[in-house]
Amino acid sequence: DDRLLTEPLSHPDFFSVKELFSLKDLFDARVHLGHKKGCRHRFMEPYIFGCRLDQDIIDLDQTMQHLQLALNFTAHVAYRGGIILFVSRKRQFCHLVESTARACGEYAHTRYWQGGLLTNAHIQFGPGVRLPDLLVFLSTLNNVFEPHMAIRDAAKMNIPTVGVVDTNCNPCLITYPVPGNDDSPAAVELYCKLFRMTIIRAKDKRRQSEAVEELR
Amino acid sequence: AVGRVLRLCCRWGAGPRAQTLRLICTTTAVQRKNVGASGPEKYTEAFIKKQIEEFNLGKRHLANMMGEDPETFTQEDIDRAIAYLFPSGLFDKQARPMMKHPTEVFPEQRKIQWGEDGRPFHFLFYTGKQSYYSLMHETYEKILDVQKHQDQLITQDLPLQKEKRNLAGSRWLTKIELEEMLLEKLSDDDYSRFIQLLEKLVALPCADIEENYIQKFSKEVPVQLQKVVIEPLQYDEQGVAFSTGEGKRKTARATAVVYDNGTGKITVNGTDILHYFPVLQDREQLLFPFQFLGRIGKHDMVCTVSGGGRAAQAGAIRLACAKALRSFVTEKEVEFMRQAGLLTVDPRVKERKKPGQEGPRRKFTWKKR
Repeated sequence: DDRLLTEPLSHPDFFSVKELFSLKDLFDARVHLGHKKGCRHRFMEPYIFGCRLDQDIIDLDQTMQHLQLALNFTAHVAYRGGIILFVSRKRQFCHLVESTARACGEYAHTRYWQGGLLTNAHIQFGPGVRLPDLLVFLSTLNNVFEPHMAIRDAAKMNIPTVGVVDTNCNPCLITYPVPGNDDSPAAVELYCKLFRMTIIRAKDKRRQSEAVEELR
Repeated sequence: AVGRVLRLCCRWGAGPRAQTLRLICTTTAVQRKNVGASGPEKYTEAFIKKQIEEFNLGKRHLANMMGEDPETFTQEDIDRAIAYLFPSGLFDKQARPMMKHPTEVFPEQRKIQWGEDGRPFHFLFYTGKQSYYSLMHETYEKILDVQKHQDQLITQDLPLQKEKRNLAGSRWLTKIELEEMLLEKLSDDDYSRFIQLLEKLVALPCADIEENYIQKFSKEVPVQLQKVVIEPLQYDEQGVAFSTGEGKRKTARATAVVYDNGTGKITVNGTDILHYFPVLQDREQLLFPFQFLGRIGKHDMVCTVSGGGRAAQAGAIRLACAKALRSFVTEKEVEFMRQAGLLTVDPRVKERKKPGQEGPRRKFTWKKR
């Protein structure tokens, strides 16, 4: 049992997450396109490659690194049987995100966020509820273009977060920010595909390792 | 009293075995258990099962007590037996002793939503309203399917089905019915959003594919049009056409029979109208329907009336007479009569006296001191 848990941590990329995506895939899915210069958030400046005709372009090299770290972390959490909650408040992609979560066997929340969901969980859901171990944001802003409540609540409850941050978002409280476009359907479909594949891969590996351990 | 804060040092970066133990300070106010916060009492499955077993045993005992066959003892027999053995004079039926199957007694409730490892069963558990949001998710999926089907038909140049659903005879589920279906509390906003989504689904041309799904949320409404049926004329032995009508006003009830080919003679309770109603006003009330239609000398009337006072009886007979005359007259004239107020029952009755007042409206004399 100890071997199962310690072995993945000794490899830098145990789940070979790097081969799931390439720079060209990100470019084709329009991940590098940000918002206009006026919408730019101050803390996103390090992640921006440049500005063309007033539109910000996100640095895909940095995105590659951040995405690899984020997917690796998600895979480790899924391997250890953690609860992953997909959050997005974009109405366009609500159905897509919920279907992705259902396909992975994880959970989704793309609806109105009630204030005490994480911080007041024992009263809202009942005693003995287990909180999510990872929050994945496909879009960090809510319907009124303000930072989503869940980022702050997760930070309060010591829950790590992975989030796709666009040029108008605040990457501060997110543990593994991934600078990238969160408005194009192509980009969001790519993210959903990547997360789904990592989680399924990690769970399969866990089942295989358990089977191998049992045989011994 | 404020508790103490204890903090044991933790081993940072020692891999998965790092243990952090932190005792957070609490006040006695927080330690007190909030009784109402846990919600209504939750019944476990084992408890309900035990109740069902006890109920079945008790049913057999009751049948033996009453001297009946335990195998064919129905719920009505149980109710009768309990009413016989425990007679109660209480007015509220719910307060009397009753013996019912536990599924009727204990309200249907949500069981525990997560498994042994703590992982919830439903993928939308963390939203708080899992049934409602999964319903919305399903309905949206149906809309997407219908749109995809539509696109396929368009690419194949096939005509889209235009069979119109019969909207008149059906209604959507009410909010309470939906709450019962989902076992969850809904807000008015949530309910209206769901209905909007259903309307959107129904409005699509190819929505017939999902007819089964839509029918789960629609109910038949029996057509309640109560069009007033005007009775046809009846003929007595001499071949004279006649028609009957009933009317009421305050406490008076009247029936009138209006005969054709008459001379304008009116009989009330066996006596002539001049003797029964000495006052001109009452006779005018009786003549009003005939005068309105211009048939003063053409009809005979025989009526019976009881209850009420002088003017109330006159009003009752007037209404009965107007109702009887509908059969003699065209539809247009019936509409004219209705607009003139001849066919409407006068709803005014004597208002009750209230305590603390001398009459219905009159208050007691106000005395300054």
